Amino acid sequence: MARIGVFVCHCGENISATVDCGKVAETIGKLKHVAYSTEYKYMCSDPGQTLIKDAIKEYNLTGVVVSACSPRMHEPTFRKACAEGGLNPFLCEMANLREHCSWVHEKNELTTEKAIDIVRTQVEKVKLNSALQPIKVPVTKTAMVIGGGIAGIQSALDIANTGHKVIMIERSPSIGGHMSQLSETFPTLDCSQCILTPRMVEVAQHPNITLYTYAEVESVEGFIGNFKVKVRKKAKSLDEKTCTGCGLCTTKCPQKKIPNEFEQGMGMRPAIYIPFPQAVPNRPVIDREHCTYYIKGKCKICEIVCPTKAIRFDQPDEILELEIGAIVVATGFDIKHSDFFPEYGYGKYKDIIDGLQFERLASASGPTSGAILRPSDGQVPKNIVFIACAGSRDPAKGIAYCSKICCMYTAKHAMLYKHKVHEGKAHVFYMDIRSAGKNYEEFVRRAIEEDYVNYIRGRVSTIFERDGKLIVKGVDTLLGAQPVEIVADMVVLATAGVASSGAEDLAQKLHVSYDAHKFFAEAHPKLKPVETNTAGIFLAGACQNPKDIPDSVSQASGAAVKVAALFSQSELTREPLVAVVNRTAPPMYSTCIGCFMCQSVCPYQAIEREDFKNRDGKIVKSVAKINEGLCQGCGTCVALCRSKSIDLYGYSNNQVYAEVMALLNEY
Amino acid sequence: MKFGIYPGCSLTGSARDYNESVFALAKAFGLDFMQIPDWNCCGATAAHNLNKELSLALPARILALAEKSGMDEIIVPCAACYSRLVVTQHELKKNPELKNRICEVIEMDYRGTSGILNVIEWIDKYITPKLEEKIIKPFNYKVACYYGCLLVRPDKILNYDRAEDPQTLDIVMSKIGATPVDYPYKTECCGAGLSISRTDIVSKLSGKIIEDAEHRGADAIIVACPMCHSNLDMRRPDINKYWETEYKIPVIFVTQAIGLAIGLSPKEVGLKRHFVEVNIS
Amino acid sequence: MSHPEHHALRNSLAYSVEQNVEVTPQKCYQCGKCSAGCPVADEMDLPPSMVLRLLQTEVPANDDKVLRSHSIWLCVTCEMCLSRCPMEIDIPSMMDFLRQKSRREKKVNPKAKNIIAFHKSFLNSIRWTGRLYELGLILDYKRQSLNMTQDISLAPKMISRGKLHMFPGIIKGKAQIARIFKKTSN
Repeated sequence: MARIGVFVCHCGENISATVDCGKVAETIGKLKHVAYSTEYKYMCSDPGQTLIKDAIKEYNLTGVVVSACSPRMHEPTFRKACAEGGLNPFLCEMANLREHCSWVHEKNELTTEKAIDIVRTQVEKVKLNSALQPIKVPVTKTAMVIGGGIAGIQSALDIANTGHKVIMIERSPSIGGHMSQLSETFPTLDCSQCILTPRMVEVAQHPNITLYTYAEVESVEGFIGNFKVKVRKKAKSLDEKTCTGCGLCTTKCPQKKIPNEFEQGMGMRPAIYIPFPQAVPNRPVIDREHCTYYIKGKCKICEIVCPTKAIRFDQPDEILELEIGAIVVATGFDIKHSDFFPEYGYGKYKDIIDGLQFERLASASGPTSGAILRPSDGQVPKNIVFIACAGSRDPAKGIAYCSKICCMYTAKHAMLYKHKVHEGKAHVFYMDIRSAGKNYEEFVRRAIEEDYVNYIRGRVSTIFERDGKLIVKGVDTLLGAQPVEIVADMVVLATAGVASSGAEDLAQKLHVSYDAHKFFAEAHPKLKPVETNTAGIFLAGACQNPKDIPDSVSQASGAAVKVAALFSQSELTREPLVAVVNRTAPPMYSTCIGCFMCQSVCPYQAIEREDFKNRDGKIVKSVAKINEGLCQGCGTCVALCRSKSIDLYGYSNNQVYAEVMALLNEY
Repeated sequence: MKFGIYPGCSLTGSARDYNESVFALAKAFGLDFMQIPDWNCCGATAAHNLNKELSLALPARILALAEKSGMDEIIVPCAACYSRLVVTQHELKKNPELKNRICEVIEMDYRGTSGILNVIEWIDKYITPKLEEKIIKPFNYKVACYYGCLLVRPDKILNYDRAEDPQTLDIVMSKIGATPVDYPYKTECCGAGLSISRTDIVSKLSGKIIEDAEHRGADAIIVACPMCHSNLDMRRPDINKYWETEYKIPVIFVTQAIGLAIGLSPKEVGLKRHFVEVNIS
Repeated sequence: MSHPEHHALRNSLAYSVEQNVEVTPQKCYQCGKCSAGCPVADEMDLPPSMVLRLLQTEVPANDDKVLRSHSIWLCVTCEMCLSRCPMEIDIPSMMDFLRQKSRREKKVNPKAKNIIAFHKSFLNSIRWTGRLYELGLILDYKRQSLNMTQDISLAPKMISRGKLHMFPGIIKGKAQIARIFKKTSN
């Protein structure tokens, strides 16, 4: 005999402002099988939950309906309360009176009528609920960190230091990311590589970390605690164990004029190359797209000169199949380049560069050994213009957001220029100064007050070249929008930070959400900045949104602790709201006819084949079987099955039918 | 396909040379078009500055007349008229209520179905396919291709060439043997309709355009708009006086340049009517 | 939740602009790119971004400043501002609207007298013949601007080059044109 308890929440005023909660509770209380019906201001509060627990005992409830907010908010809360009150948690349902009713309608009788209808459907449903038990799955205690920049490095080190194994994948030949390209970091003007390389070495030497560089994720299957990741180790064309990293091959390679990615195109590299001197691992790779041997079949000089005979031209890519429990995505970001700007010449003027290119000029290990020189003629620029907000905060260019770091690095660039070219003049065209971090505002003031950088508030309409100089046409809005024209030797654009190339592909492989700008989506913008909506996959660093180094490092440590928390359990419990293919007695075994259409539509590859054999070992019937570890309970197979052999726990055909009939019938 | 031409007031008056070159080219390439019967002035700058409805009604009458004559495409050599016609077509398409009001004002039916081509589009579509074989005297000069404002902006409505550093005119000129120079002033305003009321501003702005072209070593400035031509050519004495210098660079319509390249005489393409002597041909 | 009717009754010039042109002055974040690229900005009393700022304040005295400015008449509608504005604010259409409103409210800047005289002469010419009669335009403009000597040296040169007609070209539909003018006058 069903005895249902109904609890109608006011949710402060969220529900009660438009729904008459008292009337709902009263009307529902009169229904058949409703043993107890009441209203309360905040069901999720402690006293609210106690109300449920007490009612379960007092009225011997067989089911509970909490009519409140969305189950996405508080289903776990109320299920837990029921469990503590002695009722199987899966005998508790929520009726959404907030997102589905009070928040989308005005206050009137119809709204209350709708609320009553919603509760009735859940009352009818819960009468058919089963007392399910959670599913337990094992956890593989190995983490994968995708991306070897500062965020990935921090995350990997933190996880490894908790005693768990980490596999780090980085697609370029060395770890380090953009931080390794910087000359100095704000606000301390620390040498970037000096503070980064010790961490890089720690990663390489850590006993718990296995590092694969020049490697990319090929595919990801499985679910939290039980991922199966295929990684493609691209062929470096040498034996890493035999190679000593002496670098002789890189000096002898005849192909010397390949634009150097690390130098952002400001310098060249050979076809066999180590990206930068402090690379980790310190092993070269052969760029097969530009190597003479792979193009024409000739040369092989590197093989000839190599003292340890480490070159392997025929080395194939290797596919690794890894069992992973949790994944941290730390794939970083990219920036727009000068060709993105039609009004600044579509990239045809050599002396208009972007922020990363300036970093390489300023860097002691860069193409000019740290001298600020014009790319066009190698002269020292005496008049330099920095343009902030180049591309960012610009809906017309499709980038409405602020890239966060540019105000700070522009001030830094201006200061570095002034420190190196004492007699030079630096101008910054800005819209606002966003220097909200610790010691950031003081840093920007230093640029203005101590280094006499000329800050002009206004944007630049156009830049063109004349007689080897750049004519910059801007404006000073603080002087009443007075046009300002500067004849500059060099222009540095603080370009917009955008998602890393290949971010969309990777998100698709991981089944992780991303936004219109291809930045990975956090699970909740306020409260879950390091988790994604995909259980077991976490975010760290600028792949989520442009951010500076301290924020990346903090987020990385945050992601690491989520992984550690996951690994601290011996097994994971999963919600048992999964699909099940029916089974009957032999010789039928199931009403499933073995068409396996369900298998082809399942988005989670959760449907397997089960073969039934007779005594001679011959297969007499093959039917579908749901892997309850993988099934996410979406119901696609249930809807599709032509023989109606599949049902869904928690949303069974009968339950859904009961809800519909509740709406259609009078009460 | 039936073609119409909307010469506009300039081509029949102060830009007579442009008109001559357009018709001469059409004749040389066997293209026929008919003037839109009883066409009126499009209203140019004056109408849209002073009276919105009038600024839509005048072009709408022209388009309605073209439709009535069964014209599929209209060629509009004047960039300002081109701009007014395309913008009017766009506005009336966007706002059916406005369209009905304008139909009432012009006392005519208007459907907005005509194709509107500016002079470079017309050249690209109907002349360049047959151009190479007809070239007798390649136009071996360095040219600064000046587009002006209204051929390329507002680019979202005109949908013609990119607003920054457009290339269509440069490409046409290189097809007749010219070498276009990299010319940052190609879309900077010449001062437009202020020619008479603020000649000083036109002198200042047009002077900058001319100076940059000469500085980059161009032998001629190529234009596709009679207003631009007027400000850069007819106003040359005022410009020279304002800047206290003698700018000599000639200003040639693209149709005139093509005409010369296919062997037409300077007189046939109206070169003799210019204010600034054209001593290249 | 935002409800437009929750905002105080707006009867500012900015509101007028919003109602008549697809421009929301509040979108402008004063970057100044329009003023930086405007060919006549250094001649203007109020560069375009300043016009927008004054509108944003929704203060009657500032609205008045805008309508009485010289800037709105100096604007040549070259469309450069719109092509570079990051917020895609249709400043040229807004300028057209402000010009028409300035005349309706009789707040025209005296310095713009000649510019408006030219536009009026132009339209007067079309009104009666349907097409521009350049000689008529010049003569009418001289009458309004009282500048008799301007461009006088040009006339013989134009005539000798066949670029100036002595007589107007009158279209058949001239009565229709006159009616168009009448129906759109306000």
